[in-house]
Amino acid sequence: MYKKSLSCPFLIWAAAFIIIPLLFIMYYGLTDKSGSFTMANLMAVATAEHSKALFLSLGLSLLSTVICLILAYPLALILSGSRLGKSGFVIFLFILPMWMNFLLRTLAWVVLLDTNGVLDTILKFFGLKGMKIINTPAAIVFGMVYDFLPFMILPIYNVVSKIDVNVINAARDLGANSFQTLYKVIFPLSLPGVVSGITMVFVPSLTTFVISTLLGGGKILLIGNVIEQEFMKGTSWHIGSGLSLVLMLFIIVSMILSSKYDHGEGNVL
Amino acid sequence: MKKRILLMCGCLAAVLLTAGCSGSSAGENGEVNVYNWGEYIDEDVIDIFEEETGIKVNYKTFDTNEDMYPIIANGAADWDVVCPSEYMIQKMLDNDLLLEIDFDNVPNLSNIDPIYMNTVKEFDPDASHAVPYLWGTVGILYNETMVDEPITGWDCLWNEKYADNIVMMNNPRDVFAPALISCGYSLNSTDDGELEEAAALLTEQKPLVLKYTTDEVRDMMIGEKAAIGVIYSGEATICKDENENLQYVVPEEGSNVWLDCWVIPTTCKNKENAEKWIDFLCRPDIALKNFEYIYYSIPNSAAIEMIEDEDILNNEALFPDTEVLSRCETFHYLGEEAEEKYNNLWKQVLSE
Repeated sequence: MYKKSLSCPFLIWAAAFIIIPLLFIMYYGLTDKSGSFTMANLMAVATAEHSKALFLSLGLSLLSTVICLILAYPLALILSGSRLGKSGFVIFLFILPMWMNFLLRTLAWVVLLDTNGVLDTILKFFGLKGMKIINTPAAIVFGMVYDFLPFMILPIYNVVSKIDVNVINAARDLGANSFQTLYKVIFPLSLPGVVSGITMVFVPSLTTFVISTLLGGGKILLIGNVIEQEFMKGTSWHIGSGLSLVLMLFIIVSMILSSKYDHGEGNVL
Repeated sequence: MKKRILLMCGCLAAVLLTAGCSGSSAGENGEVNVYNWGEYIDEDVIDIFEEETGIKVNYKTFDTNEDMYPIIANGAADWDVVCPSEYMIQKMLDNDLLLEIDFDNVPNLSNIDPIYMNTVKEFDPDASHAVPYLWGTVGILYNETMVDEPITGWDCLWNEKYADNIVMMNNPRDVFAPALISCGYSLNSTDDGELEEAAALLTEQKPLVLKYTTDEVRDMMIGEKAAIGVIYSGEATICKDENENLQYVVPEEGSNVWLDCWVIPTTCKNKENAEKWIDFLCRPDIALKNFEYIYYSIPNSAAIEMIEDEDILNNEALFPDTEVLSRCETFHYLGEEAEEKYNNLWKQVLSE
C-alpha cells in the first residue's frame, strides 16, 4: 500500500500529460469542426500529398535505421570486447554530444553541409567538386543518423556487454569458428538490444519535422511536417490529429513487431 | 485506499497552489497584461511605463499570429492588450473577440498619421478597435554583386539564372502572394482557378528555390548564401546594415503591406490600463525610442519628425513613397474555407 502510493506523483503526471492529451488527439482526430463523429480525418492520409509524405517518411526513416544498425552493431561489439569499452570512455564520447540540444547540433549541420559551407570548402580545397547535399533527402537521412545513432549503440552495447564470456568460450570449444559464434550465439543473444535500438531510432525518425525543415530546406514534406503545418500554420487541428492517429498506428505496429523479439533484457526504454 | 486518495488530492492541491502563487503581485495602480510579438519593443520602454504610471506590466511574447489566436479565442489567458496583424484583427473581429477602444483615453492617437487609420478601416470599418503600432512592406532583398541586372519585379523569382539562389517565405499566404500578383490577381484571391494557376507557378518555381523559410532569410542574405530573398521591409533594413551589397525593392507589380495594431481582447480585465499602455506607446518620444530599437516603419508622424538622421529618413525600405504604398495591398482574413484551400495547395506544391 505504502509503495503504491509513492507512484502517485507519476500517476498524476501520466494522467495530465499523457492520457488526457492522447484523449484530446483522439477526440480531434475522430470529429469534424462541428464536433460530430467522422472518419474523414483518418482517411485524409489517402490524399496524394499526404500518402506521398507518409511513404517518404517511412522510406527515409527505414533507411536511417538500417544505416544506424550497420554503423552501431560492429561498434558495439568492438566496444564490449575492448578494455576501452569497459572504462566507458568511448561510450562517454557517444553520450557527450547529447549534452547539447539536438536542435543546435542539427543547425550546426546546416552550416557544415551548406553550399560554400565547411564541407564544400574542404572538398574544393582538394580540387574536388563540391557536393550538393543540403536541402535533399540525403541530408535528412544524414541528420537522422547523426541525431539518433547513440540510441542504437547504447542498447546494443548494453546487451552485448552482458553476454557471458563462458557462452562464447563454450561455442568455440565445441568447434564453432568466429563467424559461426557471431551468427549463432552472439547475434541471437543481442537481439533484444537490436530491437529496442531499432525502435528508438525508427520512431523519432518517422515523426521528425525539425530535421526535415532544417536540412531539407523546407522543400521536402515528411508526414511530421504535414502534421506540424496543420497545427501551426494551417486551419485544421482535426486533420492534424487524424494524421497523428494514423502515424501512431504505424508506431504501434513497429513496437508490436519489436516486442515479439524483445525479452526484456535489452529494453532500456 | 482512503490514504491514497488523500495523497492524490494533496499532490493536486500542491500543483494548483503553486500555479496560483506564480501570478506576480500588482503595482500600486494595478497591472496590465501585454501580449506582443517577440523582439517587438525596446524593453526599456516597459520600465519607463511602469515607473511613470505605477502600473505593473506582465509582458509575454508570441511568434506568429496563428500561435496567438487560439490562446485568445479559447480564453486560455487573460491578456489585456495584444498586437496582432491586420488580417488576424479582422478574424478576431469576425469572432467577436475584441472590445472597442475608448479613444478619450488615448489622446496621443493624434500623433498617428491619418493615412494609417484609413488602412485600419480596411479590416475594422469604423476604426474603433485598433491602434496602429508598426508597419512594413514585403519585398525582394537582393545582393547587387550576385545578380546581373537591378531587380524591379517578381519575375526574377522565376528566372533560371538564379537557380538555387532564391529564398522564399514558408507560410502559405506569404508564398502565394508573389505568385498571385505575377498572374495579375489579388493577393486576397479565393477563386479556385486563380489559386490553382498560382500553385502551378509555384510548382514550376520549386526547383529554383534554395530554401523555404521565414526565420532564416535574414541570416542567409547577410551571409551571401543566396542572391534573392523575399523578406519583410524591417528585416531588410537590418540586413542592409550588416551587408552593404544588399538592396531592398518593393516589386513594381505590387506587394503586400502589413500593419500591426494594438487591440483589446474581450478577455481584458484592466481595460483602462490597457488604454494607458496604448496611449503611452503613441507618445512621440516613446515611439521614437521603440523605432530606434526595432527599425520597423512607424505610423507616428510626430515621432518621424523627431528623427534627425538623413540616412534613415531617406531609407526607402523604412519610409517608402506613397506611390509604393498605393500599389500594395493588405492581407484580408479570407475565412476558414479559403485558408484551407491555400494550405492544401501549398502542401501539394511541396509534395511535388
